[in-house]
Amino acid sequence: MTERNLICIACPRGCAIKVTLDDNKEVVNIEGATCKNGEEYARNEVTHPMRNLTSTIKVTGGIANVAPVRTNGDIPKELLFDAMKVINQASVAAPVHVGDVVIENILNTGIDVIATNEIA
Amino acid sequence: MVYDIAIIGAGVVGSLTARALSKYNLNVILIEKSSDVAMGTSKANSGIVHAGFDAMNGTLKAKLNVKGCAMMEDVCSTLFVPYEKNGSLVVAFTDQEMKHIEELYQRGLGNGVPDMEIIDAAKLKELEPNISDEAKGALWAKSAGIVSPYELAIGAAECACGNGVELRRNFTVDAITYENDEFTIKCVCGCEVKAKFVINSAGLGAADIAKKFDGEEFEIIGRLGEYGLLDRSCEGMATRTIFQCPNEMGKGVLVTPTCHHNILVGPSAINVDDGAETSVRVGALREIFATAGKSVPIVSTRDMITSFAGIRAHSTTDDFIIQFATANDHFLNLIGIESPGLASSPAIAEYVEDMVLSVIGKPETNPNYNPSRKQPIIFRELSMEEKEAVIAKDPAYARIICRCETITEGEIRAAIKAPAGAIDVDGVKRRTRAGMGRCQGGFCGSKVLEILSEELGKPLNEMTKFGGESKIIYERTK
Amino acid sequence: MSKILNYDLVVVGGGPAGMAAALSAKDNGIPEENIIILERSDRLGGILEQCIHSGFGATYFGEMMSGPEYAQRFIDLVNETKIVVETDTMVLNLTDDNQVICSNKEDGIYAINAKAIVLAMGCRERPRGALDIAGSRPAGVMSAGAAQKYVNIDGYMPGHKVVILGSGDIGLIMARRMTLEGAKVECVCEVMPYSGGLQRNIVQCLEDFDIPLYLSCTVVEVHGKDRVTGVTIANVDEKMLPIAGTERYIECDTLLLSVGLIPENELSRQINLEMDPITRGPKVNEMRETSKRGVFACGNVLQVHDLVDFVTQESQIAGKGAAQYIKGASEPKYVTCKGINGVRYTVPQRIDINNQEEVKIYFRVANVYKDKRVVVTCGGKELWNRKKLKLAPGEMENVFIKPEDLAQMNEGDEIVVSIEEA
Repeated sequence: MTERNLICIACPRGCAIKVTLDDNKEVVNIEGATCKNGEEYARNEVTHPMRNLTSTIKVTGGIANVAPVRTNGDIPKELLFDAMKVINQASVAAPVHVGDVVIENILNTGIDVIATNEIA
Repeated sequence: MVYDIAIIGAGVVGSLTARALSKYNLNVILIEKSSDVAMGTSKANSGIVHAGFDAMNGTLKAKLNVKGCAMMEDVCSTLFVPYEKNGSLVVAFTDQEMKHIEELYQRGLGNGVPDMEIIDAAKLKELEPNISDEAKGALWAKSAGIVSPYELAIGAAECACGNGVELRRNFTVDAITYENDEFTIKCVCGCEVKAKFVINSAGLGAADIAKKFDGEEFEIIGRLGEYGLLDRSCEGMATRTIFQCPNEMGKGVLVTPTCHHNILVGPSAINVDDGAETSVRVGALREIFATAGKSVPIVSTRDMITSFAGIRAHSTTDDFIIQFATANDHFLNLIGIESPGLASSPAIAEYVEDMVLSVIGKPETNPNYNPSRKQPIIFRELSMEEKEAVIAKDPAYARIICRCETITEGEIRAAIKAPAGAIDVDGVKRRTRAGMGRCQGGFCGSKVLEILSEELGKPLNEMTKFGGESKIIYERTK
Repeated sequence: MSKILNYDLVVVGGGPAGMAAALSAKDNGIPEENIIILERSDRLGGILEQCIHSGFGATYFGEMMSGPEYAQRFIDLVNETKIVVETDTMVLNLTDDNQVICSNKEDGIYAINAKAIVLAMGCRERPRGALDIAGSRPAGVMSAGAAQKYVNIDGYMPGHKVVILGSGDIGLIMARRMTLEGAKVECVCEVMPYSGGLQRNIVQCLEDFDIPLYLSCTVVEVHGKDRVTGVTIANVDEKMLPIAGTERYIECDTLLLSVGLIPENELSRQINLEMDPITRGPKVNEMRETSKRGVFACGNVLQVHDLVDFVTQESQIAGKGAAQYIKGASEPKYVTCKGINGVRYTVPQRIDINNQEEVKIYFRVANVYKDKRVVVTCGGKELWNRKKLKLAPGEMENVFIKPEDLAQMNEGDEIVVSIEEA
C-alpha cells in the first residue's frame, strides 16, 4: 500500500486529497475530495495525469494577431508540449467566435481546441 | 558637408549651447552617443538650481552658478520647461554646523548670491513643519529653485533643432582628427562628421574625448549618485530644497520637491570608474533614507515609486574647466561640469558662445531664430474650456493613455513628431510623463509602444526602451 | 461643459465587476436605458480579456472556463439589454455632487449627472520602484500582467529566459504560459515564507513544469545595460532583509514582477471617500456603499479578490444597493466589523442593522494557519464558529451574519472576526 498526498486542481478551492493505492497501483481509497470532480482528478492524477491546455492561435485577417484557445476537455499531461506544437502551426481566419472549434481531435485525444474569445 | 560647429554631447549644456549658437547663421550639428538627448548626467540628478554659495570665491563655478541661477527662470519660461523658485535650506544640527552655514553665507555674499538669510530653528519649523526637531537653524537661499533637468535639455534641443541645428543620435565618437582646418569626427559605426569647430560637452565622457583628440589628460572622477523618488501623495513633506551641511564628497543627501510634485531623496556620493554603469547599489536606498531621515524624519522607502542612479563628472581641480585644447583654439573642452552644472547651464552656454565667437568672429544672425519652441500641450493642466478646445482641434487629446499622470494620445504623438522628438519609450516618458506615475508604465507601456510603432512606421517589436538593444518585446509568438 | 447627460446609474469600469453591477441594478428595477457603463478599453471584459487560462466560473456557473469566456457571458447579457456602454472612455473626475466627467475621441469631454455611481475600476500591479531592487534599469523588467498582455493579446514574446519575482497568481500563471510558449522560466522567488498564490496554481503552473519556487528569497539586484542580462537573488531573514552570503546570480533576459495588486482608487480619493488602509479600497457597508451616499464600490477596486466568481457576487450586491438607493433608501444604523487575531481586514467594514438578509463578510488572514477556528462575536456573544483545516493569506475567506442576529444589535456595536485555537 502506498499513499499520495495531492492538492486538487479541479477548482480553485485547492482541497488536500489523500489517495491510497494497493500494491498493484490500483486506487483503493480517496480521502479529502469534497466533490466528484476532485475524486476524478485524484484518480487520474495517480494513474494518468490530465490537464487542460490554454494558449493562443494565430489569426489571419483580424483586428488581433492571436485569439485565445483552450482544449474543451483535459488531455494527457505528457502531451502538453506536443499539443502546443500543433496549435503553433495552426491558424484561423477572422472572425473568430467563442466556442469555434479551431483544431479537431488534437493528437487523437478526442478533444477539440476551441476559441475562447471574439476576434473581429 | 562641413559643419561650422559640431557639439559633442546633447546633455543640458550641449543642448543649451546648441540653442545659443542657433542665433547665428551657422551650420551646427549636435552629436549624441545615446538614442536621445539628456541621457547622461542631465537625466539623473537632483534637478536643483543652486543659489551659488557653495563654490569658492573667484572660481568659474561660482561665477557661472550665480549667473545661471539668475537666468534660469527666464530660460525655462521661454522654453516651457517646468521650473519653480522654491528656495533652499542648508540645515545645521550642531553649533559647529551653525558656524559652517555662517561660512556658506559669507561665501555666498562673496559670490554675489542675492536673498540669503540665516534663520533659527523656530523660523525653520515654520517654513518646513516636517523638519527634524534636532535642527538648530538653516541658511535660507531664496533664489534657489528646482527644474526638470531632462526637460530643460529636451526643450533646448527642440528649440535648437527648430532653428536649424541638426541632431545626430546614436553617434559614439571613436576618433577625432584635425587636418586642413577641418575636424573629422568618426563614429564607432564608421560614419563621420566634418566640422570647422568642435565643442566637447560630452559630460562624463568629455575627458575621454579630449584625450582621443590630442592626448591631453584631465583627471575626472565618476561620482555615483543614487536617488529614491516618492509618490505624489507625499507632496508637502518638503516645500523647499532641504540640504544637510556639505562635506568633501558634495552637498550631501537632500530632500526636495520636484517640479512634478514628487519628493526626491538623495543622492549618495560614491566614486566609481567613469565607464561604470548607472546602477543603484544593493542596500544604498536604506542608507540614503536613513541619512535623509536626519533632516526630514517622515521620508520613507515605503512611498518610493522608483529609484535611479546618475554619475557626475567630478574634476580634481574642483572647478569647471572650460578651455581650448592646448594646441588648437577651434577645439573647446568642457570638463568636470558637475553640480552646479545644471544651475550654471544657461550661463555656461553664453560663456561658450562668447568663447566661440572670440575665435570665429561674429557671424550673421539667423533671421528665423526663435528662442522658444512650440508650446507642448499639457492636458492635465488645462482648464475644462481649454481641454474642450484642444480636443475639438485634435480628438487624440480625448484619449487618455497614461492614467496615473493623465497623459493623452495627442501629447504622446506630439512628443514623437516634435523636432528632436522621442524615438523610444523612455523618450516619450521624459517628454510627456507617460509612465512616470505610480504604476510606472505597467498599463500604458504597451499602448505607448503601439503609438511609437505607428508614428515611426516600424514594427512593434523593434521599439526600444532607450535605443540600442533595449528592446521591450521579441518575436511574434505565432 | 458643453455636453451634460443624465443617468440613474453610472458604472465606472466595464470589467466583470462593472457588468455584474449594471445588470443587477437593472434586475432590481432601474430602467436599463438609464444605466451607463464607462470603459476605458476598446471592449468590455476588463482584465479577464488577457486571462486566457482556465479556472473561472467554477463557483458561479458551475463550470470551468477561461477569462474571456467568463467575460463574454456577461458581455452577451449586457448586449441583450438597453444598458448604454461607452468604450474607449476614460473618467477624468468625479465631483462631490455625483457628476462624472469623462472623455473619449468621439464625444470629447462631457459630464454625466448620476443619481448613483458604482466604482468598478479594478486594480493595478505594484511596480518595481516600490521594491528597493538595486541595479541598473534595463529593458526586460515588467509586471507579470504587462507580459501577459504582450503574450496573450498582442502575440509577442516579452522574453526568453525568465525569472519571476513574487508568487502571486499572475506570476504563477505567467510561469506556465511563458514555458508553454517556449521560454525557459528559471525560477519563481517569493520573499514571504509562503506563496501568495492559490495552491492549485503552484501544482499546475510550477510543479508540472519543474519550475523551482524559492521561498524567503528575493531579487536584490538587476544586471544589464540595455536589456536584462541577469539578476542576483538572495535569501531573506525574518525581517525580509537579504542574508549576506546567500546571493546567487541567475542569467536571464526578463524579470517579471508579481508582487501584489493595489486597488485603483484615484477617483475614490478625488471625492474623499473614507479608505481602509489595509484593503486600500473604500470602506463600505453590506451593500458596498462607500462613505459617500449613492457611491458604491465593488470588485478589485474594493478589495483584491482571488476569484472572479466572488467579484461577480459582490458586484451584484453593489448593483442592488445602488438600485435601492436610487429608489429611495432609509437612513442606515451601523454596526462596525473588524478583524483581530490574524484577521487582517473585513469587507464590509460596517453593516446596517436594518438589513433583512444574510450578510457575507469577506476577510483575509495575515499568515498561514492550520487547524484553527474562525469565530465571530458581537458584544461577547458568539455568532459564528467554524473549524478551518487551513487558512492562508492568498485565499479569501468568508463568514455569515444572520439577519436575526443583526436585529438584536444596537447602533455602534462591533462585530469581531478572529482566529482562535481549535
